[in-house]
Amino acid sequence: MRHVLSALVQNQPGVLAHISGMLASRGFNIDSLAVGETEQPDLSRMTFVVHGDDAELEQVRKQLDKVVTVVKVQDISSENFVERDLMLIKVEAAPQQRVEISLLVEMFRGRVVDISPAHLLVEISGQESKIEAFIELMRPYGIVELARTGRIALVRGTLSQGDVL
Amino acid sequence: MAATDTTPLSGASILVQCLLNHGVEVVFAYPGGASMPIHQALTHVRSRLRTILPRHEQGGGFAAEGYARSTGKVGVCVATSGPGATNFVTTLADAKMDSVPLVAITGQVGTAVIGSDAFQETPIVEVCRAVTKHHYLVTRTEDLPRVFKEAFHIASSGRPGPVLVDVPKDVQQREIVVADWDPPMNLPGYRPYRRATRSELEKVLEMIRSSEKPIVYAGGGIVSSDAAPYLKAFAERAGIPVAQTLLGLGGFPSEHFLCLQMLGMHGTIYANYAINDADLLLALGVRFDDRVTGKVSEFAKHGKIVHIDIDPSEINKNKVAHLPIVGDVKQALQDLLQLMDEQGTKAPTRSGRCAEWIRQIEHWRETEPLRYADREDAILPQYAIERMWQILKERGELENTIVATGVGQHQMWAAQYFHFNSPRKWLTSGGLGSMGFGLPAAIGAQVAHPATTVIDIDGDGSFLMNIQELACAYTEKLPIKVLLLNNQHLGMVVQWEDRFHEGNRAHTYLGAGHEEEPYPDFVTMVKGFRCGAARVAKKEDFDDALKEMLDSDGPFVLEVMVPHQEHVLPMIPSGRTVHDMIKT
Repeated sequence: MRHVLSALVQNQPGVLAHISGMLASRGFNIDSLAVGETEQPDLSRMTFVVHGDDAELEQVRKQLDKVVTVVKVQDISSENFVERDLMLIKVEAAPQQRVEISLLVEMFRGRVVDISPAHLLVEISGQESKIEAFIELMRPYGIVELARTGRIALVRGTLSQGDVL
Repeated sequence: MAATDTTPLSGASILVQCLLNHGVEVVFAYPGGASMPIHQALTHVRSRLRTILPRHEQGGGFAAEGYARSTGKVGVCVATSGPGATNFVTTLADAKMDSVPLVAITGQVGTAVIGSDAFQETPIVEVCRAVTKHHYLVTRTEDLPRVFKEAFHIASSGRPGPVLVDVPKDVQQREIVVADWDPPMNLPGYRPYRRATRSELEKVLEMIRSSEKPIVYAGGGIVSSDAAPYLKAFAERAGIPVAQTLLGLGGFPSEHFLCLQMLGMHGTIYANYAINDADLLLALGVRFDDRVTGKVSEFAKHGKIVHIDIDPSEINKNKVAHLPIVGDVKQALQDLLQLMDEQGTKAPTRSGRCAEWIRQIEHWRETEPLRYADREDAILPQYAIERMWQILKERGELENTIVATGVGQHQMWAAQYFHFNSPRKWLTSGGLGSMGFGLPAAIGAQVAHPATTVIDIDGDGSFLMNIQELACAYTEKLPIKVLLLNNQHLGMVVQWEDRFHEGNRAHTYLGAGHEEEPYPDFVTMVKGFRCGAARVAKKEDFDDALKEMLDSDGPFVLEVMVPHQEHVLPMIPSGRTVHDMIKT
């Protein structure tokens, strides 16, 4: 089963290395890991997407919690949450294909952020399934390269994770 | 340190003052370029803070562990950068596995050259992340008081463990005025204090009441939380027999009628039978290690499991508990006793309860006790240990004796045949199984307990791994004793070769050839360190030789020549069950 874990961690050097090393050494498989600063400069948020059964998830969560610099871990999968992934994708696009691709980009609420004689660079964000679907649509044109941020997520509503520390 | 608040102090002096402020009375420290300022500062506080010079950083680390394990206080060791620091890796891993409170301090190259592959530079924090409870690279002298406050707090609270503090040389050298020696800690995510709830503990009592064959499986948590008196009171009151892990030995009196000794791979037959048969397993301060459980799905499968531990990640890690409880085990036992008081006659008591169960265990104990086929033509290692225990008991010295061990057969025999009636008298590397642990651990314990007899029961393989620490014992006047069981082999590996590899010897012989005298000549080596030494090979000479060792004033090594054909029994092979137990 797919789980999204959201962790607030102290914003210190080495925290990411510590956490990714711990996950690797205990053999946990992480599909996606995104990290960035939060509204509080001394805290960062890490968002993990993990596949595993309940027992595995319980261990991942507890082992994360055990890391001294991890302030709070939440499995938000069961909550009402918003999840996003940002992708930059460079597609082969001859001038006569530009319109066709641009239409698809529009349908996916993406943006064309760069045009060169033979390529389009597209920015697109959304849930994983949407991103995957767009990648499939671009394949026939030829994908030159792509980059994704990994999933970030927040629970809907007014409460913040920091509030319930 | 007669420092006023306006006197600038070097980082090294601040560091040493922090150690004093946290009640440190001894450090095990081996100097080098990047830790010189710390050593210079240590010389200024000689009268209040003893510095022990080991002869290898690993020895210093294990000595700090011996100090910590025998006192319950935080052990402190210091090394320089690079190779000095990497020599701490095994110690840190060892302390992590066995939950030993340790603060390990390493010098580091100056902040300006960190990352440039400078002389004796290793990124020791990077290397040690996975084997420490926490770790610091201190980049500002101003941070030292807070970092050490946090380090001692983390090492000693919750589930204890090792904390590494890496201090660059310029941070040690820079002089600042310390504004606040007791700054607030910055640990928003560290919540070590856990307490079982009343309703959880009521449930425990309810499960005990409805059980007919309960058993306690007691681990190192009993020792590290100082819960031994409460475990005894609880077991006696509820009439529940107690089996112990390797690290739990001493957490319950070995000579108590409810004590089933050790369980697991080399545990007693009756303990393993009882675990298998029990309808209720009270797992207290344990982690269901594979050396205890064997095939984990078959372990204690006939009973309900109550698991109480302070580390939430241990709950349901290896074995799912029917009643998982996160809490300090001492507090839980105290609260259980209190609840039993409140419940009065409703509380589960010993009288009449489980009589059938206790009789069954007695029957197992009588028919299949721990035993070995003794010989008259040789000194068996089991005999040497059992005899030493008897002699110490006869002399009334047991309660004033601490035993350390290396790792291997001798360690298991010591666990089986030397009986501990109180905690912190048994120092052994359990989780990591670090050979070479015994001698330095004994040294650390002797520093903490100058008037106690500290004996390292060792094997020839393990002893040789840190034999250089005899120099530390001699020069620091630490009169440790070593019962060296020399079988010229790596006995435990030999045993596995015999059992699982048709006796094919694969680099497990440590001698120099059977036509030569035993090798190395330990007596000569030990005498080279100016420590006392004797060799004994005949059973009739053993008592006298042992007494000579026990009565000697200084460090003394008694080399006992023992046959290598003995196996540690009983044995549940790795990954198997109680039904596969090898008894002969």
